Amino acid sequence: MNAALPSPQPGAATGGSANLSSGVRAVLEAADLSRAVTRIAHEILERTKGGSDVVLLGIPTRGVGLARRLAERMSEVEGRSFAAGSLDITMYRDDLRLRPARALAHTDVPGGDVDGKLVVLVDDVLFSGRTIRAALDALGELGRPRAVQLAVLVDRGHRELPIKADYVGKNLPTSRHEQVTVLIEEVDGRDAVLLSPAEGAAQ
Amino acid sequence: MTKHLISAGDLSRDDALLILDTATQLARLADRPIKKLPTLRGRTVVNLFYEDSTRTRTSFEAAAKRLSADVINFSAKGSSVSKGESLKDTALTLEAMGADGVVIRHQASGAPHRLANWIKGSVVNAGDGTHEHPTQALLDAFTMRRHLGNLESRRVAIVGDVLHSRVARSNVLLLNTLGAEVTLVAPPTLLPVGVEGWPCGHSFDLDSVLAKTDVVMMLRVQRERMNDSYFPNAREYSRRYGLDAARMAMLPEHAIVMHPGPMNRGMEIAAEVADSMRSVIVEQVANGVSVRMAVLYLLLGGNVSAIGAESSEPSTSSERELEPADTGQRRRRSDFAGEEA
Amino acid sequence: MISGTVIKGARILGAQPQDILISDDVITEVGVGLSKAGAHVVDADGLIALPGLVDLHTHLREPGREDAETVETGTLAAALGGFTAVHAMANTDPVADSAGVVEQVWLAGREAGHCDVHPVGAVSVGLRGEQLAELGAMADSHARVRVFSDDGKCVSDALLMRRALEYVKAFDGVIAQHAQEPRLTQDAQMNEGELSGVLGLRGWPAVAEEAIIARDILLAEHVGSRLHVCHVSTAGSVELIRWAKSRGVNVTAEVTPHHLLLTDELAATYDPIYKVNPPLRSRDDVEAVRRGLADGTIDVVATDHAPHALEDKESEWQEAAFGMLGLETALSVVVAAMVETELLDWAGVADRMSIRPARIGRLSGQGREIAAGMPANLTLVDPSARRVVDAGSLASKSRNTPYVGRELPVRVVHTLLRGKPTVLDGKPA
Repeated sequence: MNAALPSPQPGAATGGSANLSSGVRAVLEAADLSRAVTRIAHEILERTKGGSDVVLLGIPTRGVGLARRLAERMSEVEGRSFAAGSLDITMYRDDLRLRPARALAHTDVPGGDVDGKLVVLVDDVLFSGRTIRAALDALGELGRPRAVQLAVLVDRGHRELPIKADYVGKNLPTSRHEQVTVLIEEVDGRDAVLLSPAEGAAQ
Repeated sequence: MTKHLISAGDLSRDDALLILDTATQLARLADRPIKKLPTLRGRTVVNLFYEDSTRTRTSFEAAAKRLSADVINFSAKGSSVSKGESLKDTALTLEAMGADGVVIRHQASGAPHRLANWIKGSVVNAGDGTHEHPTQALLDAFTMRRHLGNLESRRVAIVGDVLHSRVARSNVLLLNTLGAEVTLVAPPTLLPVGVEGWPCGHSFDLDSVLAKTDVVMMLRVQRERMNDSYFPNAREYSRRYGLDAARMAMLPEHAIVMHPGPMNRGMEIAAEVADSMRSVIVEQVANGVSVRMAVLYLLLGGNVSAIGAESSEPSTSSERELEPADTGQRRRRSDFAGEEA
Repeated sequence: MISGTVIKGARILGAQPQDILISDDVITEVGVGLSKAGAHVVDADGLIALPGLVDLHTHLREPGREDAETVETGTLAAALGGFTAVHAMANTDPVADSAGVVEQVWLAGREAGHCDVHPVGAVSVGLRGEQLAELGAMADSHARVRVFSDDGKCVSDALLMRRALEYVKAFDGVIAQHAQEPRLTQDAQMNEGELSGVLGLRGWPAVAEEAIIARDILLAEHVGSRLHVCHVSTAGSVELIRWAKSRGVNVTAEVTPHHLLLTDELAATYDPIYKVNPPLRSRDDVEAVRRGLADGTIDVVATDHAPHALEDKESEWQEAAFGMLGLETALSVVVAAMVETELLDWAGVADRMSIRPARIGRLSGQGREIAAGMPANLTLVDPSARRVVDAGSLASKSRNTPYVGRELPVRVVHTLLRGKPTVLDGKPA
């Protein structure tokens, strides 16, 4: 049961215990995660004055699920429908040459284009900022948004680029050697944020 | 460890699906205002074409450029025939240029295999002699998937000069890998000896095959073949193996008509068929760029290739059993072993 | 003053160790415990003694392609391979189709001195298959040509073949046919079979060889002449020759070492090192030629040693030249294919690689028994040695052997040509 891995393994165990023998610790449980998403949804609506021109774009894999949840909450609150899309950044990564080429994920922009829109990028963990840098490049080639904001579930620090999140579910001070893993129901069968002592290099 | 795409048989089912899925994502790029991706920035792709093929070369060129690779077009047409610079010397030149990938079209079967032994970069076979043309097979499969979905158990008839067709060979291998059922249709003179052992069926009678076919792929037949007595003349060929409106009407409702081009209208395919609603021939060309982008990205995008086969160094020959006596198992390219897959 | 040679403890054709006493160019005595004052002693403990090997089919490339091989380098390679005589094929430039050219090659062989060189005369002028070459003049020349062949090309014209077979009867010659129906093998690249279709290499059907052999057997029978079939490569060819011999037709046949060992599957590498004429065939064919050689249907092993310059092999398969080296590895390959499989013993090896080829070439001084009074042409072989073939150590000017890096059995230790060592301890004497 306690087989939750510190890597984004699909179908990770749904064990209730917060403290696992391997040192893996749940810093957010399902209910916490839900509350964080709800709060971010409210913040987005508030700061965008109802979000009339907001386009939510999740960064695959788990950012897409989070973006959809945000859209659902925003729809519930506002009583009108918000859609969430996805933005694949694979081809824009600066670490492509460090690993074998990866499969591409889907890019899907609700409403077809981003020109003049307020794009909110959604990701699970904000760490070095390189993913967001790649996302800004990818976004720039899709069109010209009015503005771009960033929503993340966890900000774990250790930025390597001048990037800052506009909406944060939880600020989580970490050491570089630790690993933060976000699990979401749609992908992993469970909602949680795990902190584990990673062996070797940081994520 | 360099990998290459030389034969469609180099691709596992996962490899093939990865290419096709990647191409599907990349195809959407064509609708965007900026069609370029930064992915292969700083990588050099050489188009080494010993045969004229504007279509294939420009397709590869567009693919490489959309991925921001530096593209060098090295037109070597005729130099082998005229005994100019040898393929090996050319390979050493490309090596000196720092080619990360070489796309080669050559009139000699196996030339890409040879090249792969002489350079460090990845070799992509863009058609070698009468051997293979794997990216054509990939774009054909891509086109088929768009119209028919999953290719598992789909029936594909490949009709015409199979003997001399690299498109047919690559399609047989790839479609077999993807679970489709291929039937080769040709006069007996234009089917290779030993075709019984290939992972596909064959027939001499086009009419008997059409009604049970989801895809009919017509191959180019050169009129000059009649000079070598492969068939009596163009008229007889066309009558027995050409796809005309009457034959097209025998196809199931959903079936599509393909042709790798260039077409001999009136020979293997009637103009009204080529231009009909069932024809996806123009689409095949368009899909070529996305598929080739996917191949280049997966071969060259990472630190090691995500697809393809490693080069077969001749020096590993100690593994190759010399002794052909009764003990040794018959070794063949497993995809052609027939009973497998 | 050294006079004569004593070879101590050699196992003649694999029998119990004996000593061989040699004076000048003749074996004077064979027995146990022999010695002779002042004689040079060769320690042959554990070595097999064979009569000097005779090759019926060697391309020495001189004149014309001295960049690939010369008489000097080719005969040295031959000696290192245990040969004391080779037949030099006629497809040189100029073609060996006149007394002048064959005498030139013959003389070059005498000068080199590593082994006897017996030129093969062309059947037709310029190998063009149109007009008979001066067969009689070549037979009467100093080279005393007895074997005639257009090898590399087939004498495909049935009438020309008939006339050639008839004509050489006058001087006990033999026509060695390169059996390859030209129309069926136009642009052919490899054995025709499933693999040729898969690889997209133009097929070379067995029938192209067999059809010519069948025709030639019937012609030889009709005119009562002597026919030799070069490099038999297919099971069907073996059957035809077996049938011809059962009818009493005067036909002999050869097989190359590579056709005894290698198969067409190697073409899948597209490495032209495996491109050869006739092509490497299927496993069934290899089995059949082995059995044919074992039962004597195929009379001899002939190397078809075909040196090619590097640039003629380092290319695309279809652009590359046909052929591979043979002289320096022939005995090893025959041992691997025939002796280690118990299809032939050492006496059989001597018969197929020395005695019968000498007889077919009408060489009275070669391929004789190892006994008192016989010419002292000897090859001493270490049967337990194994060696990895190293391209750098080949005596041939060319490097186109498929065996580089492979371990092969046995090693030729000494070769003696008419009593004089040409190879000692595996090195040129």
